[in-house]
Amino acid sequence: MGRYIARRLLIAIPTLIVISFVIFAILDLAPGDPTASLPLTVPPDVREQIRVTLGFNDPFLIRWVKWMRQMFVFEPLNVIEQVFNVSIGEGAERTRIISWSSRGPVVDTIIERLPQTLWVLGLAFVFGILIAIPVGVISAYKQYSIFDNVGTFVSMIGYSVPTFFTGLLAIVIFSVWLGWFPSFYDTTHQVTDWPSFVIQVKQIAMPVAVLSLFNAAALSRFTRSSMLDNLSKDYVRTARSKGLVENRVLIIHVLRNSLIPVVTLIALQIPGIFAGAIITEQIFRINGIGHLLISAIQGADVPMVQTLTFIFAVLIVTFNLIADVIYGFLDPRIRYE
Amino acid sequence: MNKQRWLALFAVMAIILAACGSATEDTTTTAASGATTTTAATTDTTAAPESDAGQGGTLTLLQWQAPTALNPYLSGGTKELLASSLIIEPLAEFSPEGELVPALAAEIPTPENGGIPDDLMSVTWTLKSGVLWSDGTPLTAEDVVFTYEYCIEEATGCTQSSLYDGISSVEAVDELTVKINFEAPTPFPYSAFVSYQAPIIQKAQFEGCVGAASQGCTEQNFGPIGTGPYMVTEFRTNDTALYSFNPNYRGASEGKPYFGEIVLKGGGDAEASARSVLVLGEADYGWNLQVDPVVLADMEATGIGALQTSFASNVERIMINQTNPDAGLGDDRSEWNEGTNPHPFLTNSDIVRALSLAINRQELTDIGYGAGGAPTCNVWPAPPAASTNNDECLTQDIDAANALLDSVGAVDSNGDGVREYEGTPLRMLFQTSTNAVRQTVQELLKSYWQAIGVEVELKNVDASVFFGGDPASPDTYQKFYADIQMYTNGSGSVDPQGYMGNWVTSQIAQRENNWGGQNIQRFQSDEYDALQAELAQTADLGRRSELVIQMNDMLVQSGSIIPLIWRGSVSAFANTLTGVGGLNAWDSEYWNIEDWARS
Repeated sequence: MGRYIARRLLIAIPTLIVISFVIFAILDLAPGDPTASLPLTVPPDVREQIRVTLGFNDPFLIRWVKWMRQMFVFEPLNVIEQVFNVSIGEGAERTRIISWSSRGPVVDTIIERLPQTLWVLGLAFVFGILIAIPVGVISAYKQYSIFDNVGTFVSMIGYSVPTFFTGLLAIVIFSVWLGWFPSFYDTTHQVTDWPSFVIQVKQIAMPVAVLSLFNAAALSRFTRSSMLDNLSKDYVRTARSKGLVENRVLIIHVLRNSLIPVVTLIALQIPGIFAGAIITEQIFRINGIGHLLISAIQGADVPMVQTLTFIFAVLIVTFNLIADVIYGFLDPRIRYE
Repeated sequence: MNKQRWLALFAVMAIILAACGSATEDTTTTAASGATTTTAATTDTTAAPESDAGQGGTLTLLQWQAPTALNPYLSGGTKELLASSLIIEPLAEFSPEGELVPALAAEIPTPENGGIPDDLMSVTWTLKSGVLWSDGTPLTAEDVVFTYEYCIEEATGCTQSSLYDGISSVEAVDELTVKINFEAPTPFPYSAFVSYQAPIIQKAQFEGCVGAASQGCTEQNFGPIGTGPYMVTEFRTNDTALYSFNPNYRGASEGKPYFGEIVLKGGGDAEASARSVLVLGEADYGWNLQVDPVVLADMEATGIGALQTSFASNVERIMINQTNPDAGLGDDRSEWNEGTNPHPFLTNSDIVRALSLAINRQELTDIGYGAGGAPTCNVWPAPPAASTNNDECLTQDIDAANALLDSVGAVDSNGDGVREYEGTPLRMLFQTSTNAVRQTVQELLKSYWQAIGVEVELKNVDASVFFGGDPASPDTYQKFYADIQMYTNGSGSVDPQGYMGNWVTSQIAQRENNWGGQNIQRFQSDEYDALQAELAQTADLGRRSELVIQMNDMLVQSGSIIPLIWRGSVSAFANTLTGVGGLNAWDSEYWNIEDWARS
């Protein structure tokens, strides 16, 4: 098992290097210019000088190697220095990845934006799971009942209607017509007491609800079909004939076995919801990393786009590995060699 | 199930959770330390005299395009210039009427008061005495000299360096006197250190940030120390800026500024900003409200806020390619080649005049711009140098346009609905940047021109490519691989000299200069070049206006530019605000924020 994980981690390193190269190449081929957003009154020679200063004109490979060094050596060292409050070598000598639009360190900006994204995504994910599993279990147990039909209907809607539509619908109904929730997300809001907590709940309610519906829809369908598979198995009949109470049969025996594919799905979905956040954050104007990515793409801020997409890639690779490992734990029949 | 397995699984989960937990913890600590990057907060408040300054509570400003940094020399977008204008100040500002008003300078240097010598080779500014930076240290002439040196250092990548063009040296004569020496006689010497584009930064703070080091100076770029009414307390790039009043501000003894805190919020879009100010009353000011005029009028009817408009020199115009953009020419397409590659029909001024006459500018304004636009027939639209010689274009006249085309022999000889001129059908490729309003205008123009037998093919290019200067891309506005193209441009200064200089022969964008010239439509006239040379030597304001009008008329009447709409800025203010005055289009809209108060 340990060897398997070690081997997978080793394979992940060249994979990530290739990914970073591909991202870099795509961004390099894409049209765009960091000085395009400047007013036309800024003359061409000044623009050229700005491009030189930013390193926009450097050869592709040099920029890639520079970025790799900053990303894998300098930034981790900075984080270690900050966390443990020590200084390693010449801290001031280490150049950081600098955003072309703000001229601030990319990593600091991402860290500044992460809490909003994590709050919304994390809550939506937790709520999604909390809703999906009971709904899936009951739907399967009472197959073709009214509950099952309603559950199927709702999850079909949640799954097939995209978040950019449900999101706008929610804004129109709850923000514009009813005026219950703000359509803006205030990043500087601090939760200090009960009223400020209520404000936080209000501003987070709509995006979390929309994303939860989307997450829960797929998961509840999976739970339901997985439960149905297991309910007809022989071991279930055995358990019942032993005289076990129905709850015990359902929760301990059937549910545990049914969760194997569901847990894998959850692990694999985590990077996906970061991607989903790009749309949701744009709609609800949450200043998180999805929003950051979009504005960076529009402003041709290559270092920012590069770093963010690479972080997404790392997330996907990591959670694939986690999913594989969890799978082995849940199902002892699977062996890693 | 094996117990050890479960234990191991829990251990893994626990580690992941712990990692997540500590990650969020780090986040908050780093965010907090990011917030304190602003050294301005260390000000010695006890030094300030007792006053009413900063007792007015919080002012909320909405800038839906949020500032990315607070150093105007590194990011030249209006949004950054505005956000930094609360903190740092120039020597003099422009008023909404376009007149110079002293800010850090004691008075405006003129030939009468001896600030400008007769040879026009220098200008001498005197600073107000006793001005303090927000950290309590005095402002001196050295800071002004440093600002110049910071910006002209090539490796700094200063976006405003063109404002310091033509200067041979800047010297500190004494503590409060700065002398700017020019390379050539300069009749309008008020571009360096004037307006929110060129404020004074503190030498002590930025000394280590000259040249290549400028990129790493995040603390300075996000929190400059200034002499202005406010200092930044927290800055989040592309999101929010928080300010508190500067107790060392020179107006503090008179109770200025009134507001103690300012929240400058970004995000959302123009329509949401307008709603926040005009309908919901959540904010006091909303910037750049390019919103459907009907929607905006509805919102204003709520009665808690009002719109203000002001006009500088921005004109939405159609540039007429004077060279042949035929793709068959290969590398020579849209190349001027010393005038040997003229456009087959657009160099005929009567054809372009007909195109201009066929346009209903009022309709374009009503549909696309509302209060933020006014029809214009001039490249330089701002008084006193605005021409009145081209006003025939203000009324649409299809018949006259048709008659003009007939008179030059551009007739539809083969009956396909499109006229031909010397055998070339009047078909044009019309490009512009991707933007809802521009595409609507494109459609309307296409229908006007259809009515006079001119066919147009429409094309739009993403703004970051169109306005980006990538010499490898065929879609930039500089390369101009189309017959006509539409965008907005204007002068950064009240004085038209620099702007009118865009259309001299040496500025023609071509392969030779990597399409770096500003004469985008490849206009060429020796007479125009001579007028520009004369303008650069003329100090008399009346004569300067005459020259600008003459040059403007040449650009329009030669048929190389069709001006469409004089574009202003539209902002919304809450009715409770007082002291705002007229909206300033020549300088920062916050230029007089120290006078803003709440009734």
